[in-house]
Amino acid sequence: MAGAAASSSFINNLGRIYAIYTGSFAAFVVFLGILEWFGVPSRILGYLFIFLTIGVYALIGVLSATAEVSEYYVAGRVVPAFYNGMATGADWMSAASFIGMAGSLYFGGYDGLAFVLGWTGGYVLVGILMAPYLRKFGQFTVPDFFGARYGGHTARALAVVVLIIASFTYVVAQIVGVGIITARFLDMNFQVACFVGLIGILVCSMLGGMKAVTWTQVAQYIILIIAYLIPVIVMSAKLTGVPIPQLMYGVALERIQGFEQTLGIARSHVTPFISVLPGAAPVSSWNGALNFFALILCLMVGTASLPHILMRYFTTPSVKQARMSVGWSLFFIFLLYFTAPAYAAFAKLEVYQTLVNSQMANLPAWVASWGRPGLALVGACDLVDAAANAARFPLCAGVRGNGDGILQFAELRLHTDAIVLATPEIAGLPYVITGLVAAGGLAAALSTADGLLLAIANALSHDVYYKMIDPNADTKRRLIISRVLLGIVAIIAAYTAGTLGADILFLVSWAFSIAASGLFAGLVLGIWWKRCGNAAGVWGIVAGFGVCMFFLIFTEFYGPAFKNALGWLIPMDIVPIRGRQVAYPWGINNISVGIFGIPAGFLAQWLVGRSAQPASPEMQDFIDSIRVPSGAVRLAPGMAAKE
Amino acid sequence: MAEKTLTSTQRDEYWKRTSSLMWTILVLWLIFSFVIHFFVIQLNSIRILGFPLGFYMAAQGSLIVFVILCFWNATAQDKIDNEFGVSDE
Repeated sequence: MAGAAASSSFINNLGRIYAIYTGSFAAFVVFLGILEWFGVPSRILGYLFIFLTIGVYALIGVLSATAEVSEYYVAGRVVPAFYNGMATGADWMSAASFIGMAGSLYFGGYDGLAFVLGWTGGYVLVGILMAPYLRKFGQFTVPDFFGARYGGHTARALAVVVLIIASFTYVVAQIVGVGIITARFLDMNFQVACFVGLIGILVCSMLGGMKAVTWTQVAQYIILIIAYLIPVIVMSAKLTGVPIPQLMYGVALERIQGFEQTLGIARSHVTPFISVLPGAAPVSSWNGALNFFALILCLMVGTASLPHILMRYFTTPSVKQARMSVGWSLFFIFLLYFTAPAYAAFAKLEVYQTLVNSQMANLPAWVASWGRPGLALVGACDLVDAAANAARFPLCAGVRGNGDGILQFAELRLHTDAIVLATPEIAGLPYVITGLVAAGGLAAALSTADGLLLAIANALSHDVYYKMIDPNADTKRRLIISRVLLGIVAIIAAYTAGTLGADILFLVSWAFSIAASGLFAGLVLGIWWKRCGNAAGVWGIVAGFGVCMFFLIFTEFYGPAFKNALGWLIPMDIVPIRGRQVAYPWGINNISVGIFGIPAGFLAQWLVGRSAQPASPEMQDFIDSIRVPSGAVRLAPGMAAKE
Repeated sequence: MAEKTLTSTQRDEYWKRTSSLMWTILVLWLIFSFVIHFFVIQLNSIRILGFPLGFYMAAQGSLIVFVILCFWNATAQDKIDNEFGVSDE
């Protein structure tokens, strides 16, 4: 019992342990700042930041090594609400949130806020519809719920398929994020960087499964939130005199609108609902509104369906704490998301105020340092000769300026990632803060990738191997299989990321749509509609997932043919994007393809549930038991009484 | 923990209370996720601290409401659980 005693003293001292950790990290940053002051080159600082943080995660991963099934799959169910909230925050906030979102808000203005709303509001659904009941259900994975609730292997296997397709799409996007950051700060080839990142991911999760991932994610959350807040707080103090960016960027918005008029910028930062169709005027439109709300719905419902998030609520000590930890999760996520629009506004103001219409000879230093070949996040394209522009700033490829020696608005190019990555330098902070931001971005990408890989590997090892292929496998064998599968899935994902390596936001949005379409109806109705029978659950997944994938594949890869075949029934626009001719049915961007799948899943489950055989009285009893927090965890009727 | 079993009327009553809490929060979620943003253009004509109100609601206002809803759900459900003596702590 020495292990149990050690782990309970660990849980009792969590506050102290993480306070010491945070203090040491701050001291480390200060130490690097001193090194920088003494003239240590920035590349060395970058290496120190990235390898030392990964080293700390690896150390936590090794210390959390476990040979116990419940620790490997659900962290021993001892994670207090507050810390589970932090771990969920890190699990949730990915490279796309940390580095990409502020940039999307910079360019999208109001319409970009669909991501801010969509990636927060879903937690309300998790809290009221699912988390407490899944905790009381008391098993290991989300497909476990489908298998138990809808009578066995068919439902379980379908849930595994949806889980793997959604999570794999998502994890590829995360490894791309890890690769971009590593490549940029270590001057490394992108494909190689993806595999270096992979090592960072596996050291956290391989030995300790969910237990290791949980305690690393808490550590990663602390780094990522510090790294995200510091630059924008300084920026706010610099531009407005008050270091509360979330309150003060209203002033920036007002000044941005002034600049939009004087500079003649047609697309206003605060104008809502601009159409997503090509060539549309920058004014509010029905198409823009439709896409805004469709995206919010898909992201929110997807939140409440993604297994790597739902399984975090399997790890709390009680139902009561599961509910509370949804609140803490959202609070910790909120801290970053309500700051992102401030990043966008301050960066925009700084660009309009000091960059646009300045002399090419006197551009701020950050333009050259972030614009040079190899980084290519900014482009000042004043020269008449496009090739000469591109030689200095690769982002200027094909852009011709007027050669008057002044940088006009039309001659400026920015990459979305520039907003977060360059803000420390724009705010005049030393390079050490830029390194801190890189470490934060890496923490965000690694933590999400870990959660996703674990969800996939657990589904394969627990649901497919143990539950469906070899129910007699002993603990040791199951854990070995889990670890081997984790490694294999990670390598496949890194390989895919290395070959794909592009814009990642659409991949992330697809993952949400797929999970929402395939799993949401089955989860909600499984808990809230007692009489719903087995066949209905199965048809709910098939219809939701089927309709979603049908629209996704045909709109993305066979756009023109799809329009020819179904154009008489569904009005469709063809939009050239991602190097393809993509069909937009009813003008809806296919990142929101869940808008077709979610209702299809509910409709099918409802129709079949009304006509087919209702759930057995034993099943209805079982559902009564998961609706009430107290009482022992019960097994669903028909499930083998093991464990 | 001694297991407390509810009678079937108590159980129905417990679930009725739980459901009505769920529906209340679901409606508020619907309002702050969607309905309020239908009126963004009208709300944008009001400015507070420089923020156009419609923009503010999407960037911050609704998010604050979501956080409150989650904590409110947790505490209100605890209260129901304690009343019926079915809390698991």
